[in-house]
Amino acid sequence: MSLAGETNASAQAGANSVNWLRLLPWGLAVVLLAILPFVFGSGAGLTVLNQMAITIIFALAYNMLLGQGGMLSFGHAVYMGLGGFFCVHLMNRVEFDGLWLPLPLLPLFGGLFGLLFAVIVGSFSTRRAGTVFAMISLGVGELIAACSIIIVAFFGGEEGVSADRTMGPALLGIDFSSQKEVYYLSACWLLISAAAMYLYSRTPVGRMANAVRDNEERAEFLGYSQRKVRFMSFCASGFFAGIAGALFAINFEILTEENLNLATSGSVLLITFLGGVGFFVGPIIGAIVFTLLQTVLSLFTEIWQLYLGILFVMTVMFFPFGLTGLIAIHFRPYQLGKLGTLIIPYALIAGPALGFALGSACVMEILFHARHAALGDETMTLLGVSFNSHSPAPLLLAVAVAGLSVWALRKLLPAFKDAWDEANHAGDAS
Amino acid sequence: MSAAAIELEGMCKSFGRVEIIRNVSLSITKGERHAIIGPNGAGKSTMFNLITGKYHPTSGTVRLHGEVVDQLKPYEINRRGLSRSFQITNIFAKMTVFENIRCGLLWSMNYKYSFWHLVDRQPGLTARAHEILEQINMADKHATLAGVLTYAEQRALEIGITIAGGADIIMLDEPTAGMSASETEYIVELIRKVTENKTLVVVEHDMGVVFDLADRISVLVYGEIIASDTPQNVRANPAVQEAYLGTVLEGAD
Repeated sequence: MSLAGETNASAQAGANSVNWLRLLPWGLAVVLLAILPFVFGSGAGLTVLNQMAITIIFALAYNMLLGQGGMLSFGHAVYMGLGGFFCVHLMNRVEFDGLWLPLPLLPLFGGLFGLLFAVIVGSFSTRRAGTVFAMISLGVGELIAACSIIIVAFFGGEEGVSADRTMGPALLGIDFSSQKEVYYLSACWLLISAAAMYLYSRTPVGRMANAVRDNEERAEFLGYSQRKVRFMSFCASGFFAGIAGALFAINFEILTEENLNLATSGSVLLITFLGGVGFFVGPIIGAIVFTLLQTVLSLFTEIWQLYLGILFVMTVMFFPFGLTGLIAIHFRPYQLGKLGTLIIPYALIAGPALGFALGSACVMEILFHARHAALGDETMTLLGVSFNSHSPAPLLLAVAVAGLSVWALRKLLPAFKDAWDEANHAGDAS
Repeated sequence: MSAAAIELEGMCKSFGRVEIIRNVSLSITKGERHAIIGPNGAGKSTMFNLITGKYHPTSGTVRLHGEVVDQLKPYEINRRGLSRSFQITNIFAKMTVFENIRCGLLWSMNYKYSFWHLVDRQPGLTARAHEILEQINMADKHATLAGVLTYAEQRALEIGITIAGGADIIMLDEPTAGMSASETEYIVELIRKVTENKTLVVVEHDMGVVFDLADRISVLVYGEIIASDTPQNVRANPAVQEAYLGTVLEGAD
């Protein structure tokens, strides 16, 4: 009894006071977002950062459906895209009709437009979860993507609609002509949106979204309509996707059919899965990794999408909880104070793993160069070495490295697995 | 006299051409502990599902405190003060024990579809959830994931979720199925404790539990109620003895 009484009291105390430890990650995020432009201040750096912020908001919004609500959507780019298109038109009204609308408030309107569309589509698509919902989302996605070519007045046909963000009323002398100003605007909206989405997951309807995801029948017999719970998650997700769309419009000043299509819807699914659907930070990590691969890797290789695809397939196959899950499984060894015992096993398999990754990447790069480089261009440079991509020696070397690495990995993995089990074992067996 | 807690009138249910429930009429008064027994396939679970809104009757009516509810959805019936458990354990396996109970409380504590309250910052909600955890003797397990509890603990948790919302009619579908004798005894005590002053409807195979718990027993055979009476009278009923071949009922003394 006394023990239960204590739990009760401490829980009540926890409910009344602010838990500062919980606020720490948010504080760190604020500091990090504030100083990032001083570290990556170049134009390219800021472009990547802006894109990251937008993708993070979009992926977090998407995870409200997939992770929190258990709804697999194949057409979520629609809400981001529509929010973005609406904002481009608003920016044009500001420029040509003198509409008074300061740019920092624009994402709110993008969000409301995304919400409006989510209300319309959600009213029928959230009736069922699972395959029915997924198929409707796919259908609606295709429908809106097709409309973007048909309804030229709103979507601008194939060339899209563009605008100028600097034409609005300047607040405090800021007219958003520089990338840095746009970055801070995006960062602010990122913080607001991420905090709002996190808090949403802690509200009654946010908790019931989880409940409906896990067991919709049980939730119905607790007084909640599964359909309405899903509908509300869907609307909230559409709202935040619209905010991401508005920031896209502000950042790139153009929206095209590409922002609505299936490829964009697919990549947000990929990002969320890559990061880990079961964690709030999952989509954030996924968006950061994806944007880095997209922007940085694409500078080095033309076949970056192939690597992305391989990474995705491997994540789904071997780490179904995503990159965040991969980090999270180290928490138990850490709690047991055995994280240190994993350093040597990791170091041992790092060599062959890297060898396999580089070896197989070289095979793909050499083959790609040999088949697709301009006629007569037979010299390629890989890892600082120039050679003839048509001669068999480099290819054979790469195959040999990859093969040897696989052999070494197979030899080393059992020992690694033992070390891993040992590190997760609470007992003191040594 | 006030209306019965549950009143079934000429209730029939067919799936295609198969009649599962045939003209069932039954009145369960407020505060009664009513057990429904019958051989496998008699339609006990279907009857449960008809009362709780999972299915709608083909004909006939279901009244809850005098109000016709047979066309309502499960959540609408739940909001009218009827809560149920399931034959197969039905909890939120990926949530903690505490959160399971809290989900059971939200609607009744008027949070409804709120997205402007933070569940962790509602002292009343937290306190009430802990009260219920104590009632079901699971206060020390509040932070455990429901999915890793033992089977008997999961069944106890499900009873906790079922009563959390403060419903005055509690329907339990085979609460002791698959339990050992000591676990059964424990669960029966728990049920007795948490359903005090409430109307209880229970489907159960364990005749010991039924005769121990119930004020009145209805015997369902092939979708028809062949007897609805006090435990003593049901035991003495020749039609019931015939349906059960006598054996099971004698073993329940």
